Amino acid sequence: MSNEQTKSRTYDLVQASLERRYAKERRFRLMGLGAIGLGLLFVSVLFVSIISNGYTAFVQTHIRLPVSFDASIIDPQGTRDPEVLRNADYRRVVRQPLREMFPGVKGRRDKRKLYRLLSGEAAREVAAMVLDDPSLIGQTRELWLLADDSVDMIIKGHITREAAIANGGGKLVAWLEQLEREGRIGKEFNATFFTAGDSREPEQAGIGGAVAGSFYTLLVTLLLSFPIGVAAAVYLEEFSVQNRFTDLIEVNINNLAAVPSIVFGLLGLAIFINLFGLPRSAPLVGGLVLTLMTLPTIIIASRAALKSVPPSIREAALGIGASKMQTVTHHVLPLAMPGMFTGAIIGMAQALGETAPLLMIGMVAFIVDIPGGPLDPATVLPVQIYLWADSPERAFVERTSAAIMVLLAFLIAMNAIAVILRRRFERRW
Amino acid sequence: MAAAISGLQSDGKSMHTSVILIVLLMLMAVAYQLGKRRALHTAGGTHAIHKLHSLSSYYGLYVMLWAALPSLLALLLWGLFQEPILTKLVVSGLPPEMRSLSDAELGLVINDVRNLAAGNITSSEPGPAVQAAAAHLKSLHGMAALAKGVVILALSVMGAILAWRTIAPQMRARNKVEWIVRGLLILSASVAILTTIGIVMSVLFESLRFFQKIPVTDFLFGLEWSPQIAIRSDQVGASGAFGAIPLLAGTLLISAIALMVAVPVGFMSAIYLSEYATPRLRAFAKPVIEVLAGIPTVVYGFFAALTVAPAVRGFGESLGLDVSSESALAAGLVMGIMIIPFVSSLSDDVINAVPQAMRDASYGLGATQSETIRQVIVPAALPGIMGGVLLAASRAIGETMIVVMAAGLSANLTANPLEAVTTVTVQIVTLLVGDQEFDSAKTLAAFALGLLLFAITLGLNILALHIVRKYREQYE
Repeated sequence: MSNEQTKSRTYDLVQASLERRYAKERRFRLMGLGAIGLGLLFVSVLFVSIISNGYTAFVQTHIRLPVSFDASIIDPQGTRDPEVLRNADYRRVVRQPLREMFPGVKGRRDKRKLYRLLSGEAAREVAAMVLDDPSLIGQTRELWLLADDSVDMIIKGHITREAAIANGGGKLVAWLEQLEREGRIGKEFNATFFTAGDSREPEQAGIGGAVAGSFYTLLVTLLLSFPIGVAAAVYLEEFSVQNRFTDLIEVNINNLAAVPSIVFGLLGLAIFINLFGLPRSAPLVGGLVLTLMTLPTIIIASRAALKSVPPSIREAALGIGASKMQTVTHHVLPLAMPGMFTGAIIGMAQALGETAPLLMIGMVAFIVDIPGGPLDPATVLPVQIYLWADSPERAFVERTSAAIMVLLAFLIAMNAIAVILRRRFERRW
Repeated sequence: MAAAISGLQSDGKSMHTSVILIVLLMLMAVAYQLGKRRALHTAGGTHAIHKLHSLSSYYGLYVMLWAALPSLLALLLWGLFQEPILTKLVVSGLPPEMRSLSDAELGLVINDVRNLAAGNITSSEPGPAVQAAAAHLKSLHGMAALAKGVVILALSVMGAILAWRTIAPQMRARNKVEWIVRGLLILSASVAILTTIGIVMSVLFESLRFFQKIPVTDFLFGLEWSPQIAIRSDQVGASGAFGAIPLLAGTLLISAIALMVAVPVGFMSAIYLSEYATPRLRAFAKPVIEVLAGIPTVVYGFFAALTVAPAVRGFGESLGLDVSSESALAAGLVMGIMIIPFVSSLSDDVINAVPQAMRDASYGLGATQSETIRQVIVPAALPGIMGGVLLAASRAIGETMIVVMAAGLSANLTANPLEAVTTVTVQIVTLLVGDQEFDSAKTLAAFALGLLLFAITLGLNILALHIVRKYREQYE
């Protein structure tokens, strides 16, 4: 009797609480879904903010002007001597059409403002044209000349015209509007951004030097870390017996994988630069530091690849009389290679995005020249991003974002290659 | 390979070293062929190949290794020690009044000498002594380059000849080659140990020098950090205080904000992905969230400084709060986004490692799915999740670029997330980027901070690994 009662009471209790419990269940699920939604939202906000800031940097504002290659300015004596042509005052050549177009501009201050519509690079471009083809002298050509970054920002709308006028750029905006009415303002693909080195002038700055620096740095890193990493993994997986020495190595590898990257920078500064006197800012030193940083990644990936080769392969090789070393080099290593390459690519992608340790070894210098080897002073792509992010000019914001887009494109490509490699060569034994 | 690369720095131009390397490669090829031939020859021709102990190529390899290894080692050592030794020589050749200068001033003189010798511009008009020293250095460089080529190639040839002479049919060439290769493998594996020793040495030695100038207790327990040391005694605001507490507090504040973002989001999404999500959602969402782990930190830094910090500031001001434009909140939020994937993928692993039988038992008792997760799975997975959180914390503490770009520079002992604080890593970067003298307390302080950072993250990592490992043993 009493048993019956408790039973029904338990049943009622459970029934009564069910709704509450199901509501709790739904809330919990929603929280989980919300967390995932938040994660995806962060990813999309990050990408949208970078891309919306940066895509405009791939085109650059140019101004079309009727440039007359006035012989009296470029080559008054008519010698056509390259030395004379090189030293001629091309700034006057590119300023002349502006003066003619806006005859109302008087006064030194206003004139200087007017000339500042054009980038300093415009005169250099014209000079290069003349040196290329001296027969241009005496002719007049309609040329698209590189505009200054302040013009570029207004045309692209990053600085609104109202804001520019409010900041004392009223005349500038008026000139630009006149040029626009005459169809003299246009945007061209920004090749400078991909080929040039760094510059204080945003319209002349490019990532060419940084990409070259990254290339040499990664080359050194790859040449050192891949052989050393694979050799270490082979030793640990195939030859070592468990003893104190190998335990010590294992502990070290695991800990190095989690040491903050900036500490590796301190190591590079104290040992490679101060102790051994290697040059500062050189991709060689950057590569050495990044080698030490990526080694754990490569060793861990290579060991996983070696582990996935089934023991039957080794036993078969040993069974027909191969030595241990022959077994490894002839049979195990080739089978593990795709996995090791995958690990190396992922390690390289990590190294490509690394900034902090390179700041320590002086790769933050302002370097205009494109490095030609691993000993030239250089900077790398992420450090270039850091340097530009610090620059006050508005035009550097879009360039920073564009450089980030290039960096991310490289990283995505590297990871895609790693995924493809893994898919294509992965074997299930 | 290490030798090859490190040797490149010979005299500012890599030409010479690359020539040596190319010649060395050719010598190695010749050595291989000669060794192989001699083996066949001593055995009595190809028909008598069975008399050889090893395959003929092993004899070739043996001679080749002897041609390569000693000279590569010499090249490495030469590359590492040429500059320091030459500098010593030049210094000893300087007039006595210059040699008695302080270390820092002598460093400047040596820099001038180096620049002059390399044909670069110098900081000041060089005096006759400096010019003489530069000429001396230049001639030494020339001599060293020549000597290097001769020594390295002679070593290579000598090694090859010695090895070549020992070749006989009974020689166990394969065993010897394998023994050498094995040695190289062990050497590669020890690089990990050498790196750790290098890290500890480099931060420890400089830190000890720092602690000679500033007492350890002042550093560890001081409440004030302002590393500018007065050049003149009457300078304002140049107290030169090296107390690490404000930096640690700032680091912990930003890391705590980061964990407050990353732990709930990462943990809940791991639970949803492993327990609720359809395979399609999982296949899409997991890699997308893990993209966050692959984005370079400098990108996060830019995102924090350009997008998040103004947004946080604007939001705070709309509430009537006074928010610094370099607030700890903005840096912490972005850092939290960065470490979400660490928390989520580690939690995912441990949740998946909980045996299905435990879930089934809980369902059998009538528990709902969320009750199972909260009362069975999470307690079982808790140690692993804790390990993951600790690893994420160590990541956050050591993170540099986000805070360099989005957090403040001045040390500020506060728990208010709306104010600007600075961190250990930010101070290391600001102290070491740009021109520096190696002996000033300011520069050395960076290494002491590095030691502190290394010790903290190492402790956290060891603790985390220990917890994870202990947990793993339970279910295996």
